[in-house]
Amino acid sequence: MELHILLLFMIIASLVAVEAKDLISSVIALSAVGLGLCLSFLILKAPNLAITQLVVEILCVIILIRATINNDLPVVKDGRWLFNTISTFLFIGCFLMLAYFALKELPLFGNPTMRVSSEYISGGLKKTGSTNLVTAIALNFRSLDALTEAAILFAAIIGVLSITRRTGKTHEE
Amino acid sequence: MSLYFLCFTLFCVGLYCVLRKRNIIKIIIGLAIIEYAVNLFLVLIGYRTHGRAPIFAEDQVISNMVDPLPQAMVLTTIVIGLAVIAVAVSLAIRIYEKYGTFDITKIRRLKG
Amino acid sequence: MTLIVKTITRLTVGLILIYGIYIVLRGHISPGGGFAGGVIIALSFIHLILAFGKEEVTRKIDESRGVFFASLGALIFLLVANAGFKGLRLAEHKGHFKVFAAGLIPLYDIVISVLVGAGLYVIFLALALLLEKREEK
Repeated sequence: MELHILLLFMIIASLVAVEAKDLISSVIALSAVGLGLCLSFLILKAPNLAITQLVVEILCVIILIRATINNDLPVVKDGRWLFNTISTFLFIGCFLMLAYFALKELPLFGNPTMRVSSEYISGGLKKTGSTNLVTAIALNFRSLDALTEAAILFAAIIGVLSITRRTGKTHEE
Repeated sequence: MSLYFLCFTLFCVGLYCVLRKRNIIKIIIGLAIIEYAVNLFLVLIGYRTHGRAPIFAEDQVISNMVDPLPQAMVLTTIVIGLAVIAVAVSLAIRIYEKYGTFDITKIRRLKG
Repeated sequence: MTLIVKTITRLTVGLILIYGIYIVLRGHISPGGGFAGGVIIALSFIHLILAFGKEEVTRKIDESRGVFFASLGALIFLLVANAGFKGLRLAEHKGHFKVFAAGLIPLYDIVISVLVGAGLYVIFLALALLLEKREEK
């Protein structure tokens, strides 16, 4: 019941973020969506994710606010605006209908089939010695994922540093 | 079942923003909304009714835990999403310096 | 920034850094872990930049030092990961609710927090430098 209310709040806040004319208002509405997501993670019994999502949300909003300079551009109805809008809504409608048929095949909400996870839960504490199972899985059973995550972060750092470079290299004659 | 459908609706709101907006910063905001929806869906799949958090306690024996595997995957996904948004914002600022505008319909040619 | 912001920053930024280190070190006992703690450590430095301005902070911690720490974190992570392949056993698990337990997991947590913290600080510094140079033009 609380999850339904939270999800409705997130959808309304994201609609505000999409349609606001002022860029700073849409960034603040985006942070409201992130806060709703953090509360959803708490209700879904995932405290690791709630802490991470909260602090990453703060950093994302700081970076976005430093990038908003002027206002949003007005809606221009020229050319094929009507065709574009109708085809977008048709595409989204088809997508949602096919998603409805696909979601009926999933197990009911609240009864997951935990075939691999039952092995992790039963043998995790003895094999790794850590009582936080999510950290044990992410850093011991599947630590290759952590390695690739570190590699992606490093590539992002190099990418940002080279995009915002000021002085180019001069060729030596 | 209706929860999954609401999650997909959130995804579609972000998709509409990426497809139909002209300002680059609005497109990046739509990208962030899509990423939130995907993370939420992955954690929703692993929820068990009346389950407990996957952390052992000193004095209790916990028998029904929620699924810890999707949580471990979403943990790295959240930080990677932040890195993607940072690179996209730096690209957008660079484009503003070259062309003087954020409008994607006015950015036509590749300038050197 | 005003005087109120500067005073409160001076009082609380050390506490934020210590809280981040606490969350990193207890990553295998209570919720948290390396990624969240690393972002909190980066947030404490960014708090300094937002309150005192960029010139004063980059006199002590400039871009090259941040890049050095990020590279150091990535290198040590690679070394520890390769040591696992060769069968080197670096730590044993003794006890369950202590900090020095659970094998290699605390080491991974510390190294990841160094990488994530220094990396996000460098990203924010690069974006802030770019915006300030553009406003001067």
